[in-house]
Amino acid sequence: MSDFFTVSVIFATLAAGIRLATPYLLAGLGETVGQRSGVLNLGVDGVMQLSAFFAYWTALSTGNLWLASLVGLGVGLLMGLVYGVMTVRFKAEQGISGIGIFLFGLGFSDLMFQEKVGTPKFIPSKLPSVDIPFLSDIPKIGPALFSHSLMTYGAFVMVPLLSLMFSRTTFGTNVRAVGENPEAADSLGVSVARVRYTSILIGNAMAGVAGTALVLDLGIFQPNLTQGLGFIAIALVYFGAWRAPGVMAGALLYGFVQATVISWKALEIIPRSWSDIASAAPAILTIAALVVLARRVAPPAALTKPFTRH
Amino acid sequence: MRRLVSAAVPTFAALAAFAVAAIILVALGASPVEGFRAIFSGAFGNVDRLSVTASRSVPLLLVGAGIAISFRASVINIGGEGQIIAGALLATVTALAFPDLPRPILLPMVLIAGLVGGGILGAIPGALKAYASVNEILSTIMLNIVAVQIMNYLLRSPLIDPLEIQRGTRIPQTKQLSHNAVLPTLIGGTRLNLGVPVAIVAAIGAYLLLWRTPLGFRLRAVGHSPEAARTAGIPVERSVVEALALSGSLAGLAGAILVFGSEGQRMATDGSAAGFTGSAGYNGIVVALFGGLHPLWTIPSAFLFGGLITGSNHLQRVLQVPSALAVTLSGIVVVFVVSSTNLRERISDLLRARSDLDDSPPESPKSEVVAT
Repeated sequence: MSDFFTVSVIFATLAAGIRLATPYLLAGLGETVGQRSGVLNLGVDGVMQLSAFFAYWTALSTGNLWLASLVGLGVGLLMGLVYGVMTVRFKAEQGISGIGIFLFGLGFSDLMFQEKVGTPKFIPSKLPSVDIPFLSDIPKIGPALFSHSLMTYGAFVMVPLLSLMFSRTTFGTNVRAVGENPEAADSLGVSVARVRYTSILIGNAMAGVAGTALVLDLGIFQPNLTQGLGFIAIALVYFGAWRAPGVMAGALLYGFVQATVISWKALEIIPRSWSDIASAAPAILTIAALVVLARRVAPPAALTKPFTRH
Repeated sequence: MRRLVSAAVPTFAALAAFAVAAIILVALGASPVEGFRAIFSGAFGNVDRLSVTASRSVPLLLVGAGIAISFRASVINIGGEGQIIAGALLATVTALAFPDLPRPILLPMVLIAGLVGGGILGAIPGALKAYASVNEILSTIMLNIVAVQIMNYLLRSPLIDPLEIQRGTRIPQTKQLSHNAVLPTLIGGTRLNLGVPVAIVAAIGAYLLLWRTPLGFRLRAVGHSPEAARTAGIPVERSVVEALALSGSLAGLAGAILVFGSEGQRMATDGSAAGFTGSAGYNGIVVALFGGLHPLWTIPSAFLFGGLITGSNHLQRVLQVPSALAVTLSGIVVVFVVSSTNLRERISDLLRARSDLDDSPPESPKSEVVAT
């Protein structure tokens, strides 16, 4: 135990936690946008895997990580379009539609990987860490907080941006209106379909970037890369009570627990087998949080309800 | 006519999946005709393959029948993966605890342990939904994660084969389980074991339960309208717990059958849920949807998807097309089924409106006279 409570180990764990929280945060924020408009998307994990593969493949063949990120985003948008048509146009049951997207993403990314890459290879370069001037010079805490990839900074910058979007912009207000009371929004001339399509596209694009962030951080792809990360991101939206800062808190919790378990394992503080139980802790904590929050915070009133104009 | 409409959705979904499969096969440089032939002969080509397909269908059928029960009560169960694992673990522990019991006692015991294990993991999200308003989609997903980690812990530590520790290989698996718990083979030389009839009986049982028992009536009433059910004096909360517990117990039975019908006759993990379940917890949802959420129709539906899995493995061997094609197609089937359900309802509404018109008695001129 004493090994863990050295300053350097704690700050290294802090830095790793922030890095590991990035994909959770991106995917969770994206899902928040969709759910605030009244659309549940259970397909996040599948979208992440598809984007992760295509970003990885692009990075392997071109070596260009920017292009790879763009491809990951594009794949997310494409899947968002599919999901929008399913849920907005065809009013599919949202509790299961996403499972179709998940299975397609799981299968197709695996298929393409076997076919196009075969044996796992590392991407030659990694996302560079960018030091924020002055702040990263603060001893100990500076490098832990202010020396990350642009992907990580971008994810955390999205938190205030989305909060502002919901509270200050017309689009954000429309998203909330459509998620709470689509009939009223519709009678005021807001196009429910257009707002939902846009929200779904934003959400899936962010899921795509989340998958890209994950694969570029690991530097390698393997089938079922996400191991259910996308599903946890959905739970984080409930955990965070549909608010960006709450989702961030949840994402950081998962990131820190993961980083702590890795560091405890490396320092042999806990037996290897115990780390499995420790890895289950955030899921149990999430269920506990859901129990506490369920009766206190109401989800968007129109969540999972397709809109039909009467 | 209405029956025709409800058969149209799976047919349409299957055709769409076939079309996409053909496109993928062409894109990968394989002939679609040869590809489909390889899948078909790999799945149903001879007795041996048919028996593999049948045993592959067992977890799909059990999870699918369970999903049908929960959906009929308007409860969504995404926790099949975890429930399969929970059932398998409790069945394994039972077999380890009573290795010397004779087969006629031990075999039913491990199957019941599977039902109980899965039932408990289903009842938890049921109770959380009924009494604490926790969304069951989320809690079942979270419990999947918890179940995998518990499996990994148990198989890496307390339940690990002592030989693995002696040899220092530490492969996370139990020792070979009591031979008296192993599912007997039905036809010598094939993989067809007792799990197949057990699963079919369970699916028929699910059908009888839903449509021939007071419990099933309650579940369907709650699924139809919780408010109306409550007004009619039906205990809605208890019914939600029962729906998820029943759904989970069928998945748990699948877990027990996966362990005791396996070639190794032991439980092993590769660290992931899919490594043990073969993603049956998710594919069971596909099977249930394709079978129109009817437990009896899940029987042919499960056989078809079991065939898709074994057929795709054959496809990989003969044409080098990755077997992940099967999962991809399952996803596409779900996408098309859920997208066309609304369309189907619209068509049957139209049909109903028309038949109502036909059924209405012709207006008699006489009553008009009286009215005026």
